[in-house]
Amino acid sequence: MSGKTLYDKLWEMHEVSRRDDGSSLLYIDRHILHEVTSPQAFEGLRLAGRTPWRVAANIATPDHNVPTTRIERAGGLAAISDEVARLQVQTLDENCADFGIPEFRMNDARQGIVHVVGPEQGATLPGMTIVCGDSHTSTHGAFGALAHGIGTSEVEHVLATQCLVAQKMKNMRVRVDGELPPGVTAKDIVLAIIGKIGTAGGNGHALEFAGSAIGALSMEGRMTVCNMAIEAGARVGMVAVDEKTIDYVRGRPFAPQGEAFEQAAALWRTLVSDEDARFDTDIELRAEDIRPQVSWGTSPEMVLPVDAQVPDPAQEPDPVKRDAIARALKYMGLCARQPITEIRLDRVFIGSCTNARIEDLRAAAVVAKGRKVAATVKQALVVPGSGLVKAQAEQEGLDKIFVDAGFEWREPGCSMCLAMNPDRLESGEHCASTSNRNFEGRQGNGGRTHLVSPAMAAAAAIAGHFIDVRELA
Amino acid sequence: MNPFTTHTGLAVPLDRANVDTDQIIPKQFLKSIKRSGFGPNLFDEWRYQDVGQPGQDCSARPLNPEFVLNQPRYAGASVLLARANFGCGSSREHAPWALAEYGFRAIIAPSFADIFYNNSFKNGLLPIVLAADEIDALFAQCEANEGYALAVDLHAQTVTLPDGVQHHFEVDAFRKHCLLHGLDDIGLTLQEADAIRAFEATHHAAQPWVFGGVG
Ligand code: SF4
Repeated sequence: MSGKTLYDKLWEMHEVSRRDDGSSLLYIDRHILHEVTSPQAFEGLRLAGRTPWRVAANIATPDHNVPTTRIERAGGLAAISDEVARLQVQTLDENCADFGIPEFRMNDARQGIVHVVGPEQGATLPGMTIVCGDSHTSTHGAFGALAHGIGTSEVEHVLATQCLVAQKMKNMRVRVDGELPPGVTAKDIVLAIIGKIGTAGGNGHALEFAGSAIGALSMEGRMTVCNMAIEAGARVGMVAVDEKTIDYVRGRPFAPQGEAFEQAAALWRTLVSDEDARFDTDIELRAEDIRPQVSWGTSPEMVLPVDAQVPDPAQEPDPVKRDAIARALKYMGLCARQPITEIRLDRVFIGSCTNARIEDLRAAAVVAKGRKVAATVKQALVVPGSGLVKAQAEQEGLDKIFVDAGFEWREPGCSMCLAMNPDRLESGEHCASTSNRNFEGRQGNGGRTHLVSPAMAAAAAIAGHFIDVRELA
Repeated sequence: MNPFTTHTGLAVPLDRANVDTDQIIPKQFLKSIKRSGFGPNLFDEWRYQDVGQPGQDCSARPLNPEFVLNQPRYAGASVLLARANFGCGSSREHAPWALAEYGFRAIIAPSFADIFYNNSFKNGLLPIVLAADEIDALFAQCEANEGYALAVDLHAQTVTLPDGVQHHFEVDAFRKHCLLHGLDDIGLTLQEADAIRAFEATHHAAQPWVFGGVG
């Protein structure tokens, strides 16, 4: 008999019952809520006269449509100019207050993007099942947790029952071995993986990232990789627990303390796939082969190394793919075989749950230090992932570096990642973005998003076009 | 969710085929953060002479006297007689929410759109499919007789007319069970509440730190 994968172990640890139709009831340890996908769930709960099954399992913070300018934020709720946004943030406050759910409100220092806040607070712990009404909940898998996004009716279901009706997925492993070249980051790894296996590559699978290059990443880097598992088609992304995981968690507010922590850590250390575990699908990449990545199209799999040229549809034999390439080039306003380094940027966005942690901001600041944003770039935003990331960055003087270079230093939130708040692209504008989705219109109607790492985004802001960050040295 | 066993109520004939969910509840009302409050905006464009806006007090709006729901003889109706393909269009669950909140408990039509049909069961609203000629007769009788009430028995799967004539209807056994007992997805899971509690106790003993609150 072969051994168990990390996913198998996490699943078994949480399976309450199995139903005749093959689905299972899975116990949920942690439920994270934000303002956009929760209001109807709370309403449903009320209409049915139900209460949350275990209040302490929940934690909430508004992020998707909070404004990020200091002026709007200083005015509190009343100053949110978008009516729908204001109502949603206010409703989250009211719902959390009514049901006693702990919430980091808009101007609490601990507020931020749900996927930054959970780990930062130790609300995300190894071995947990974690859900949130947001597809990038896969981020939390970086801690050896089973984490994925759910819909609003499931949010209500989890609130009421502490369980989710789920179907077990297949096991997939992506191994990245070897040493990353300098200037190449976690974001480049995950973009390269998506470029290789495609946006449907992980469909139906729980995806474990393994290998020495993943092990060498910091926890922030692992979160960046797991964050984009969903862009590879996998709802779940995971990394096995090691000492880095345990060290990151130690001392965080929601984490166990003292003796209890050591006891927990002993169990967490078993959260690795067994040597002889069998995966349904295995993929391998060499770290040495990965170069800084830039997405050129309207799907995250349309990604290439910065020194490449965008594809030529005429060279593509498959008619469906040829069409997709031609359509993407048209939307993106690019010509076949145009070098990526010739793409000029109108805006730059450094932020989002993929890349707005302290390490990301440090990497961007190293590039920005002592330089200036190109005059042709209309706006370069740096939006920290949480109030605590912002405070840490300011303590390190990163905000000054950014502001001196011509970047705007904002308040924490999702911001231009999905353009629900006023931060957005104008039609036709090109944006170097550290976020995770480059779909048509994602950052504003007609906007053209290029996904890159924080260092590459900063370098693009300085140069005004894409450039291999290593050439800026 | 409200269980549905038997229901006797005044019928109202909505004589249009392909009524889509945008007609049932127009899109401007989807911005709401609630799943209640849609009743007054049910069939908004037909019911009122002005254009409805979310959050508006509907009691002061000019009613369209032509629209069947506004005719005094149909006030308080709870059984909707409808035509083919009722509930087509977008998947919005707001449509059954609006119908249920208005006071409808059953809809009788020759056919329903799939998603709407599903969504109705989840919201305590019983969609009943009868043959087209049976429906034609129902429409005729309902329009001819004021106070025309129908008796629906989900357990027996029958619709009984005022003259005692009974029509049988089909319903999936699982959906019937859920509706009879008022079980939505959550209700179903809560039937396993003991198993969840037992699991929780074991899980708590093994990993107490999972259950800690804010540190
Ligand atoms: S930062 Fe973007 S991807 Fe992440 S949670 Fe917010 S909107 Fe979603």
